[in-house]
Amino acid sequence: MKIIDIDKWQEIFLTLKKNKLRTFFTAFGVFWGIFMLVVMLGSGKGLKDAAYGGLGKLATNSVFINPARTSISYKGFPKGRVYSFNNEDTKVLLERVKEIKYLAPRTVGFGSAINNVVRGEKVGNFQVMGDYPATNMINPMQFVKGRFINETDITENRKVASIGYRVYEEMFEKDEDPIGQYLRINGVYFKIVGLFKSYRANNNGGEYDNQVIYLPLTTTQRTFNLGDVVSGGYAITSQDGVSATLVGEKVKAILRERHNIHPDDERAFDMENLEQEFNEFEMLFNGIDGLIWIVGIGTLFAGVIGVSNIMVIVVKERTKEFGIKRAVGATPLKIIIQVVQESVFLTTIAGYIGLSLGVGLLELISYAMSQSGADTEMFSNPSVDFNKAITALVLLIISGIFAGLIPARRAVKIKPIEALHDE
Amino acid sequence: MIRLENIHKTYATGNNKLHVLKGIEVNINEGEMVSVMGSSGSGKSTLLNIVGLLDTHDEGDYFLDGMLIKNMNETKAAQYRNKLLGFVFQSFNLIPFKNAMENVALPLYYQNVGRKKRNRIAMEYLERMGLLDWADHLPSELSGGQKQRLAIARALISKPKVILADEPTGALDSQTSMEVMDILKEVNKDGITMLIVTHERDIANRTDRIIWLKDGIVEKDIFNGELKAYKERKLISVETK
Repeated sequence: MKIIDIDKWQEIFLTLKKNKLRTFFTAFGVFWGIFMLVVMLGSGKGLKDAAYGGLGKLATNSVFINPARTSISYKGFPKGRVYSFNNEDTKVLLERVKEIKYLAPRTVGFGSAINNVVRGEKVGNFQVMGDYPATNMINPMQFVKGRFINETDITENRKVASIGYRVYEEMFEKDEDPIGQYLRINGVYFKIVGLFKSYRANNNGGEYDNQVIYLPLTTTQRTFNLGDVVSGGYAITSQDGVSATLVGEKVKAILRERHNIHPDDERAFDMENLEQEFNEFEMLFNGIDGLIWIVGIGTLFAGVIGVSNIMVIVVKERTKEFGIKRAVGATPLKIIIQVVQESVFLTTIAGYIGLSLGVGLLELISYAMSQSGADTEMFSNPSVDFNKAITALVLLIISGIFAGLIPARRAVKIKPIEALHDE
Repeated sequence: MIRLENIHKTYATGNNKLHVLKGIEVNINEGEMVSVMGSSGSGKSTLLNIVGLLDTHDEGDYFLDGMLIKNMNETKAAQYRNKLLGFVFQSFNLIPFKNAMENVALPLYYQNVGRKKRNRIAMEYLERMGLLDWADHLPSELSGGQKQRLAIARALISKPKVILADEPTGALDSQTSMEVMDILKEVNKDGITMLIVTHERDIANRTDRIIWLKDGIVEKDIFNGELKAYKERKLISVETK
């Protein structure tokens, strides 16, 4: 069978043209189905992108543990006691919990005075943290220049800093190279070794990231007289394939033991479980996605039923014609193919238009949002990925085949002589 | 060419059973021009439909071109119709939205003959039927005689061995009827077997053999030689009246 068969296509166009209004309404059912599916899928992705955009490149198998007040008295200590993590904890955790991939201790709370950062005439107020190199593995930043804190900085207590882009913009002239320059932080000079940008959108957590100055943890403890206290708690990423929740529990068990905390005292830790939150997100969006497909396919199905309905009428109208064709030698298969081809053509064209307009609308919304700055943490970059569009199109063609097949089988089920006598 | 042995056909409509053919015995040789006559309800159209593989028989053996036709599926039947048989109907049965040339070329389309080639062949047959000037006209723009000639061209294009005509002149005036019969006789001279169902004696008289059906069986089977005698007797009986 040839694909380009002028006679066949002529017949298809002729039948479709003969009943323009009917063709239009039939096609509209399919068009609307696929249009809605595309717009809904795009909106779903917009919601999801906005939600996940707030995570940046944060490793999702992570937990964050901070000390809090104890809530149960234990081993002679009263409840409501304040304690803190220290360098020894860090060492022990790394030794004893093999499931830890990255452990990032942090010091905070120093140099939080107003205008804590000074450079020449310029002054600013920024978030200053003492960190380990692991921080950039757990919550990676995009480096414009230079590097993050490294192992040597930690062991040699170097006075170096890696700064966010907002810090650079505030403290430097335009086009000035910050690397090798000094910033006075809380009265102490630090040499800048790196400049980074957040992976997150500005209105979705990026602004916060870009206002941070990272210093080596050891240097901050020494320079600002913090002793061995890890005041900012731990960020922990589990080994691949290991649950971060489980690692979190192991870490807590060790910390309980080392700080005399009651085994049942959950409130002694302030733990944020990113893994769990992420899984909940995943479930939510998978649910939304599933719902969209169900509703979308339902709408599409209604359109396809419409096509099938019309094809039944078309076949009925053309019974005599098919009878003539069969009398002069058309096999049932040829008749079936003709009807199915017509139905597939109708659904595919209508579906393609729906798909194009749906994608077009999403692009328009996306463009309008980025132009007006309405790209928010609620909705961002609505679009349909190529695979989903192809899936929808394949679905269309298959449904077109089915829509045509049932009437087509009816067309050849009656005897040719009965078809010939049909008026 | 066509051999029917004890052919039975019953139509079931609701609870009623209509026994239309009750044991037809007919043998038609290659190149014969035969007409089937009989009053309405005698089963002549049913017989033609069975011979034409448009309908199936319930009982008996049907041999077409030496092949036993039995439990034939539609695909196979369509192929036989396409290669062996040509149809001419009372109501022409042309496809209204195809022009004369495309209508004639249709059987070749189902033989997967290329568009150019089949249209060229179609033009040859149109020329033979004197319809060359009408090639790009739609059937609705043609007269009854032209339509029937078109249908004959379509029946001939696949070079069939048998032409089956169901009341080919039923919708035509007497002069056009005779023209159509002239064409059919011409076609028959090329050796194509012809089976014509008719209730018009004038038409039947122009064939070589008349098969008379009555109540589903062959009542009379009058051959060429006898036919002349029969005709003469008829003539005499008319004259003596």
